[in-house]
Amino acid sequence: MTNTILEKDIAHTHEQGHEDAGSLRIFGFWIYLMTDCILFATLFAGYAVLRDSVAGGPSTVDIFELPYVLTETMLLLFSSITYGYAMLAMNRNEPKYVIRWLGLTFLLGLGFIGMEINEFHHLIQEGYGPDRSAFLTGFFTLVGTHGAHVATGLIWMAVLMVQVRSSGITDSTSTRLSCLSLFWHFLDVVWICVFTVVYLLGVV
Amino acid sequence: MYHQSPVHSSAGTSHGSNRSYLIGFILSVVLTIIPFALVMYPSLPRNITAWLVVAIGAIQIFAHLKYFLHLDTAAEQRWNLIALIFSAVIILLLVGLSLWIMDSIHHNMLAH
Repeated sequence: MTNTILEKDIAHTHEQGHEDAGSLRIFGFWIYLMTDCILFATLFAGYAVLRDSVAGGPSTVDIFELPYVLTETMLLLFSSITYGYAMLAMNRNEPKYVIRWLGLTFLLGLGFIGMEINEFHHLIQEGYGPDRSAFLTGFFTLVGTHGAHVATGLIWMAVLMVQVRSSGITDSTSTRLSCLSLFWHFLDVVWICVFTVVYLLGVV
Repeated sequence: MYHQSPVHSSAGTSHGSNRSYLIGFILSVVLTIIPFALVMYPSLPRNITAWLVVAIGAIQIFAHLKYFLHLDTAAEQRWNLIALIFSAVIILLLVGLSLWIMDSIHHNMLAH
């Protein structure tokens, strides 16, 4: 059973040398994501250490609004499943639907970023910027880094939509779509940690 | 050897994937709403709520890894999994030891 699959795989790879390079690229991208995980872990550790150093300023309970965060979370969750549908359309070789689902994912991601910028703007206007206390420095760094990742993902997604439109689903565009898929779902996993550690444990 | 390319997967898996995305989505919505509800409408002791929230978060991470990132123990996925476990160990050391050290400093130097 295993042997036949293996032989099939090898035969397949011989037919298309590209495919192997593509899967190797996806694996390389996975390794990058793991290093990114470690980057976020250091920010989380920093935040956890600085959380109670409010320097007389606002603490977690004062500034977090859970319904707002729940809406942000739902936007990201919906964008995860719409990206999944884009991947399924890619597997069915339907570029038109890939672009549509990517567009929807893009809008949901944009909504998330917009809400986050609005939250930051609101906090800074009230004088609770990252310079107010060590807690706020840690908060802005952690949540801001996640936001920067999502914004990068959005730019990447826009570029891919153009590429899929102009050249369809080829070996290279499908490799790129797979990498962005990993990136997007990975950011969702990081957000689970953010809303659990920062927002929920901050208010509980 | 390492091999992962969804575009070349057999046609039969497409339907399964659709289901897996849906299951993953429903699971994550439920696993998001429960901890938010626990915190927004507190009914349990603070301590228990905090531990529940962390536990549900951990479960949700696993749900995402399985249903969205399609990580499993299949042979083609082995290297992804090894890389993930390796980083998980690093992260545990990094976060756990940082908190431990800073907590010790706090107790031994600030609060006598």
